[in-house]
Order: sequence, then structure tokens, then C-alpha cells
Amino acid sequence: MNNQPAQHQSRIGATLARHREAGTMALVGWQTIGFPTIESSRTLVPALIDGGFDLIELGVPFSDPQADGTTIQRASFEALRQGATLSIALDTVRILRSDGITAPLIFMSYYNPILSRGLERFAIDASEAGVDGLIVPDLPAEESDALIDALDRVGIDTIFLVAPTTPQPRLRAIAARARGFIYCVSLTGVTGARQALPSDLPEYLARVRSFTNLPLAVGFGVSRPEHVASLRGIADAAIVASAIIDRMEHTPPETHVQELRSFAKSLRNAADGVS
Amino acid sequence: MATVSPSTRAATPAEATRPGRFGPYGGQFVPETLMPALAELIDAYDVARHDPAFTATYDTLARDFIGRPTPLYHATKLTARAGGAQVYFKREDLAHTGAHKINNALGQGLLARRMGKERIIAETGAGQHGVATATVCAMLGLECIVYMGEQDVHRQAPNVFRMKLLGAEVRPVKSGSRTLKDAINEAIRDWVTNVNDTFYIIGSVVGPHPYPTMVRDFQSVIGRETREQSLAQIGRLPDAVIACVGGGSNAMGIFHPFHADPSVRLIGVEAGGDGVSTGRHAAPLSAGRPGVLHGALSYLMQDGDGQVIETHSISAGLDYPGVGPEHSWYKDSGRATYVAVDDAGALAGFELLCQTEGIIPALETAHAIAYAAEYAASRPSSEIIVVNCSGRGDKDLSTVATRLGVTL
Repeated sequence: MNNQPAQHQSRIGATLARHREAGTMALVGWQTIGFPTIESSRTLVPALIDGGFDLIELGVPFSDPQADGTTIQRASFEALRQGATLSIALDTVRILRSDGITAPLIFMSYYNPILSRGLERFAIDASEAGVDGLIVPDLPAEESDALIDALDRVGIDTIFLVAPTTPQPRLRAIAARARGFIYCVSLTGVTGARQALPSDLPEYLARVRSFTNLPLAVGFGVSRPEHVASLRGIADAAIVASAIIDRMEHTPPETHVQELRSFAKSLRNAADGVS
Repeated sequence: MATVSPSTRAATPAEATRPGRFGPYGGQFVPETLMPALAELIDAYDVARHDPAFTATYDTLARDFIGRPTPLYHATKLTARAGGAQVYFKREDLAHTGAHKINNALGQGLLARRMGKERIIAETGAGQHGVATATVCAMLGLECIVYMGEQDVHRQAPNVFRMKLLGAEVRPVKSGSRTLKDAINEAIRDWVTNVNDTFYIIGSVVGPHPYPTMVRDFQSVIGRETREQSLAQIGRLPDAVIACVGGGSNAMGIFHPFHADPSVRLIGVEAGGDGVSTGRHAAPLSAGRPGVLHGALSYLMQDGDGQVIETHSISAGLDYPGVGPEHSWYKDSGRATYVAVDDAGALAGFELLCQTEGIIPALETAHAIAYAAEYAASRPSSEIIVVNCSGRGDKDLSTVATRLGVTL
């Protein structure tokens, strides 16, 4: 059992604490590393941050993204075709940091690329590159102790997901291991934009809240300003991923910087209650 | 073809430190959403397997619906042709639906009904597990959806039609390599989405705990019968048991009841595709390294970055980059030996069995037959080899015809 390090204040923790103190909601944005090109995140991550995202999730492409819906699957597949790898994802973080990006950068990677690199080596490389957190969608709490130990040693937050199906004893076990924030999967399903968020979200988030003081970030299906607005007051952060890729798929690459910045602004306004 | 030096060391393939682990292999690497469903399944299976009513229902249907026990057949002509050890076949090709897959589909189908899950999903490669699951669902009155890689939908057309006749919906999977691996991904996505009312009947000894154990248990009927039949018909245990390995359910089913018999060599035959040295194959135990795919740590075909590699095999049922975690443990512990037979070797094995014994085997099975013929030739006539004849080859006729340059 991994107990949380005492008041471990990472860049993620500091960012979310700032929002909590201000009574505002944070926004977590998404880029799949290598989509549409290896170079694109260098301009698109700053665009997302300019527009109002506070933290950025960087998707490490994987051949078998079993928790993802068709949008992220397509991006992941195209990214692999472009030659994206975990090493390239690490390079991307180094470049973003050298460009002066200070926002928390969080990797989302399936377990095998991490395991293949070696947990210790990954932890050291990610820390040196400037990665702040790691989300592994196919690594439940029971299998995670070795990874947590490796990441704790370098100060990277291991971020866990909880689902609407997670019963209370599991919520307790996950909360005990969680660092940074708790990723609350909004619905029973895979990633991807949805028309509406589930109506029982407030009760579900209250249930999770009763087990942790960590910030709660809600993702899966969160794709529109009205979704973000509906999370005000019940979540610390909203995570928007597939909707960003959807925008990129439906617009020419040369407009992506502008598209993502304006999409981010619309979500920021929704998060701030500005209509 | 690789050479073999099967170890006779009696390792203990214990589920080492905690349930669902085979040495370091196995585990539960799945999205959080599924973890409660796996816990529910573990509990339900544990209660069911100790319930005499459940096992009695299974045994009755195994006899009356599947046609068990299947025979153990002395292949005298093949034995004479090979010119060495005595070759016997465990005739799983004579089981209802033409392969061993029904042993597991029946068990999980009965468990699903007992758990009140009326929507069944399954993946299939060659179509044999899909047909078996569709069959059991028709018999038990359960809704059935089968995910199948688009490439396999084309090369196993007869089985697609069978599934539809049996009332199942076949959903072609267009992502990735459009084969078995991608069908499993899509079935997992369906399960994540519909976990509350859906039972996922996995077709091999793969996936997160409890599947590798549960599927092994249901398939172990093959090895238990083989053991009894060997003692009754031959008067002793076989010297070697040989089976093909994709995910590895027919192999684990016949191996496991012999695991504590150190005199019995266990040999698994993987799909060598164009040849293991070409990299175009489906032989993770022969040429892979441990990794996590589909919920378990096991040997896996992957590149240096941990991306899963596309596999190649003439046989859709073996065209899979992973393997059951217990096989990985059998390999590391030395309890079993794993070799590979390439596409050409499998075709030769296919023709050999047709011509010598009047049995048309599945292309998957043909890999084991090819190796068994070679192995038998290297052993004295006093030795006994049992080959798991895991399936019949009707589904493969068009593939074989194409490879032989025949137009049907």
C-alpha cells in the first residue's frame, strides 16, 4: 500500500490548488503526440494554453488503445504511422519546456510502452524531460505499486481513474494511492464526445469526494461548453480530449492553432461562467 | 522447423503469489470500469464451480450436446508414415461445431445465464469460438454479438454464415490489423460500455484474471479424458502431448491435467508464418518478450517501443501476437517446450493427415500435426505421442485451395 507523500506539492497540485482557492475550475486539454504530425504539438499545446487550458494531457500513441473510442483510436493510429513513440513524446516535452511552457504536462500512456522502456528508466527520463504526471488507463490500482514507487522517487504524480462502476472499497484503495488529482470517468464507456453528460454525475462525484480531498477532474464525453459549465461547483477540473481531435479532423491543419485557441476560449468562458 | 529438446523437469505451475498469477505472468491490466465486473465474475465462477448442480448441468450437456467424451484414436497409418513413435489423436474435431472451443463456450454460457446476463459478446479469429458461442447462445436463448476482424471475416466466410444462421450478429472490426487482436480490443470496448448487462465470453486462456484460469478449467476436460483414455486403452500415460498454440486454450486444456506427470513431455506448436527468422509470424513464445496486452502480462510480439507487432499466419486462429499467461510460465519454468511450424509446414501437415488418416484438420491443428510427424520420426516405436486434433478443416478449404493453386 502506497500512502500519499506528505503534502507532495507538484506542479499539478499547485495549479489545481490555485483554482480551488480562487473558486474557479481548471481545464485539462489534450494532444495526441504525433497527430497530425510529429511537430504539431509544438504549436498546438501553446495554442490550447493561450486559449485557457491549464494542464495538458499528452497522449502517447499505442497500437491497441482498448479504452479509447474511434476518435482517439484514429489519432493514435495516424500518430504511429507518423512514427510517434514514447521517446518522441519525451522529446516533445523537452522541446515544449525549452520553449518556455510551464503548464503541467501529463502523459496518458497504455502500460506496455512504459513497461517496455522499464519503469525506473521511464521515471528518470520523464522527470528529466519535464513530465509532471502519468495516467495509465489499463493499470488499475492493484497492479500499480511498482510504478508509483518509481514515479514517487522522481516527483511525478501517478494519476488514477475511477469509474461510475467503482464500488466504495475500491474508491478508498484508489484514493490512498492517488497523486495529483482523481480522474473521474464520467460514464460507463470508452473515450469520445457525447451529446450529454450522465444526469447522475453530481451524486457520483459526491461519492468520490467522500473518500478524498484531492482535486476531482471529470473526463470522457466532456466535449462542449455547456458540459463544462455543468461541472462548475461539482468538479475541480474538466478534461476535454476527443472533442479537440474532432475539431482538428474537421479543419485544415493550417487553421488548427486558431481553431484550438478559440475552442479553448469558449470552454474557458464556460468554466468561468461567462456567456 | 525448430529443433526441440523437451524438458522433463517437473516444475510446479502454481498460481504463485496471488490468484490469477502464473509466476510473474497474468494479472488484471484493464480499465477501472471493468475491475468490479471481474471481481463479480471471480466470485460467481468460484461459487458455480463448487456447485454440484452447475457441474452436473455442464457434464450432461457436455455429453448430450457436445458429444463428449471425444475419442482417443490410434493413427496407425500416420505412425507408419512417420516411422517412429505411436501417434494418437485426441479427436476434438469431433466435438459439436467441429472444434474444442465449445467446451469453454458452454461453460461460460451457463455461467452467464446463472449470473443473469442475457447479452453475450465474444471475439473470434478463425470463427470457431464465434460459432461455438453462437451455438451455445442459441441453445440457452441468449443474445449473441461476435466481433471479428474484417480480414478474418473474408478468409473464414463459412463460419460467418454459420454464426448468422445461429442467430448471432457478426460485427466486422476495421481497426488495426483487422484480425483477432483487434476483435478482442473491440469486444473489450463493448464490455466497458455495456458492462452492467453483458457477459464477455473470451475464447482462449488469455485476458485478465479470472479468464485464463476459468477457460483452462473448462478446457481441461480434454486432458482429463486423454489421461483416462491413455490409461484404459494403452495402459500407461503418453510420453509426449503436442498441441498448437495461438492464445493456447486447446494446448492448455490438454496439458494441464498432465502438469504433475513429469514423464509426460508437453510441446506447444506456434505459428511460424513465413518463418520465425523473417519476423513475419505469430510465435510470441518462440520470438517475443514479456509485455501487457488484453489484460495480462505474458509473452508478446512487440517492437522496441512496446508497440504490438502485426502477426502473420496462414491460420486465422493462431494469428495473434499474445499467448495465455500460463503458457509463459510453462515456458519459463521449463514444464513445456514451444516450437514453431511455418505456413508451408502446416500445409504439409494438413495434407499428410488428409491422405494418411482420412481426417481433414483445421489449419491451426495442422501446425501440431506437422511437428508431431517430425517429432515421432525422431522417437522409438515404443513411445506414445498424443496430438490434440483440436478442430476440423472444413472452414479452411478455400484458404488451402488458394494456396494449392486450385479454383473451387
